[in-house]
Amino acid sequence: MNSPILAPGHSNKTITDKISSLILTRHTPRAWFLGVAAAFGLMMLLLVSVGWLLVRGLGVWGINVPIAWGFAIINFVWWVGIGHAGTLISAILLLMHQKWRNSINRFAEAMTLFAVACAGLFPALHVGRPWKAFYMFPYPDTMALWPQFRSPLLWDVFAVSTYATVSLLFWFVGLIPDMASMRDQAKNRFIQWFYGLLAMGWRGSARHWQRYESAYLLLAGLATPLVVSVHSVVSFDFAVSQLPGWHSTIFPPYFVAGAVFSGFAMVLTLVIPLRKLYGLGDFITDRHIDLMAKVMLATGLIVAYGYAIETFTDWYSGGVNEIAMIRTRMLGPYAWSYWALMGFNVLLPQTLWVKSIRQSTWALFFIAIGVNVGMWLERFVIVITSLHRGALPSSWGMYTPTFWDWTLFLGSLGLFFSLLFLFIRVLPMISIFEIRQLAAEERHG
Amino acid sequence: MAQIFHRNTNWISKASGAAVAVVAIVGAGVFYIIYNSPLVTGQKVKRAQPVPFSHQQHVKGLGMDCRYCHTSVETSSFAGIPPIKTCMTCHTEIKKDSPLLEPVRQAFKTDQPLKWQRVHSLPDFVYFDHSIHVQKGVGCVSCHGPVADMDVVWKEKTLHMRWCLECHKHPERNLRPREAVFSATWDPAKDSAQRTGVELAKDYKVRSKLDCNACHR
Repeated sequence: MNSPILAPGHSNKTITDKISSLILTRHTPRAWFLGVAAAFGLMMLLLVSVGWLLVRGLGVWGINVPIAWGFAIINFVWWVGIGHAGTLISAILLLMHQKWRNSINRFAEAMTLFAVACAGLFPALHVGRPWKAFYMFPYPDTMALWPQFRSPLLWDVFAVSTYATVSLLFWFVGLIPDMASMRDQAKNRFIQWFYGLLAMGWRGSARHWQRYESAYLLLAGLATPLVVSVHSVVSFDFAVSQLPGWHSTIFPPYFVAGAVFSGFAMVLTLVIPLRKLYGLGDFITDRHIDLMAKVMLATGLIVAYGYAIETFTDWYSGGVNEIAMIRTRMLGPYAWSYWALMGFNVLLPQTLWVKSIRQSTWALFFIAIGVNVGMWLERFVIVITSLHRGALPSSWGMYTPTFWDWTLFLGSLGLFFSLLFLFIRVLPMISIFEIRQLAAEERHG
Repeated sequence: MAQIFHRNTNWISKASGAAVAVVAIVGAGVFYIIYNSPLVTGQKVKRAQPVPFSHQQHVKGLGMDCRYCHTSVETSSFAGIPPIKTCMTCHTEIKKDSPLLEPVRQAFKTDQPLKWQRVHSLPDFVYFDHSIHVQKGVGCVSCHGPVADMDVVWKEKTLHMRWCLECHKHPERNLRPREAVFSATWDPAKDSAQRTGVELAKDYKVRSKLDCNACHR
């Protein structure tokens, strides 16, 4: 027997009280302060790291010929991938009438936005002169030059900025009715103003709801192709090039599956402790955890298939360079990263076939972290091992991340968690009105 | 419960939405205009010089050739700024007591060059060569404007890369016979040979380059 997606016995009032009180009345848990302190500290590390990068230039990183794409690209792809769960949960599951999305969509969308913000940092820093990053956009410049429209790197600019814009709109539109609830719950005049401004005059009239529903559906329709397009375009950065290890037609679908895989892993990593800390077990039930684990298992299998086919195609092609690349990936100096990736992304998720593991939040928490690590390693393997041995031994080289590579990566985690902690303190992390809708459907069948 | 915002404030929310769009569009427009204006490009702005040397007087008035002073323009990337000696070939005799020429005489005596303010300055990452342009029939005035009518020289063109490319894409529009390159008054309509730009481009084997490393070497 499956547990329900909403614990029984909830009325509109108990739902609103429970979620809004987390922000308005209840004492902020000590863990929140500890979390913010840690995340904020890491974010300061990001500032220092970016500052030093701007002072000294890209030489502070470990990149050089032949490995000119290092942590910046790995982190960019990793963060964009994590950002995929939000839109998938919000848009695709909405259109497919998966009611269980209602408890986690707000949170997943926020996570998406923050992940995309972190992702956006890296290409801007990677260009070396971030203050010239506007060159990437087509605008009437004094040079009579356009960006190279045939380059996937430019497609990336459009894909990611569109994705960020639509995700932000989608998130904000979904927040409006809840902002009104918060406004009406608030006692303090200043807080009423704050939420009142964000509610944009929402009164919950039938006309409001009718317009809201159609706007939300339209946005979901707009966002749906983006789930597939963004990471496909990111994969073109590699697949369109001629390099063995990158030039592969399987890349777009397997990147998208990997993105959803890592996105759900991140949602689980975050939801499991938060649910416990804030006592949200009524809304994010074991059923949700179980379903997310199943999505992870399914996408994990697609990713495993991608790894297999990628290797098979390289072998089947008979190309000397392709086979040499596969050999060095599996047996060369970076073999540890390849086999660790196989362990984290292929073997570890197989444990999710077992129901008792899917229902053990502890086990799932660590599996999800393992998948996050694995997905990061996947990008490491793709970027580094494909570049480190060119067709001529003269273009062989090794990549060693420097101190500043690591601080930038850790710093971006700090930025992500700082934004996340602010979000759960200021905005309702679970959609109040969508849970009320669930409760109403439960009462009336 | 009383409303937090009075209904009279509704217009603010509507106006703020429109304001975002207006500010973005107008802001971009204003920025674009300023960025292309003499404020930023320095176009048509007269620069104060240590000596108020008048090209008008020397070229139009006296009929001097550009190459009398800019000696290396046909053979070198740099047209050349004349040394004081060039001035003194005449000014030891002509206007030799003029107070305006005092800095010139001082420079000659102390062997310290005058500090002319540069009017046409390309960024260091641009490779430009005067000689090839002159050899292929690009007139001085095509880029530098009516120098013969300027008392104090200004920059006629923006020197934006867009401007360079306009000519590199269609060089025939700006070509003239080699003999007229240094002329300040050449008029294609009154040219007896009446050769078109396309013919000149063919005769002079003009193959203007458009690849990046033509100028960014």
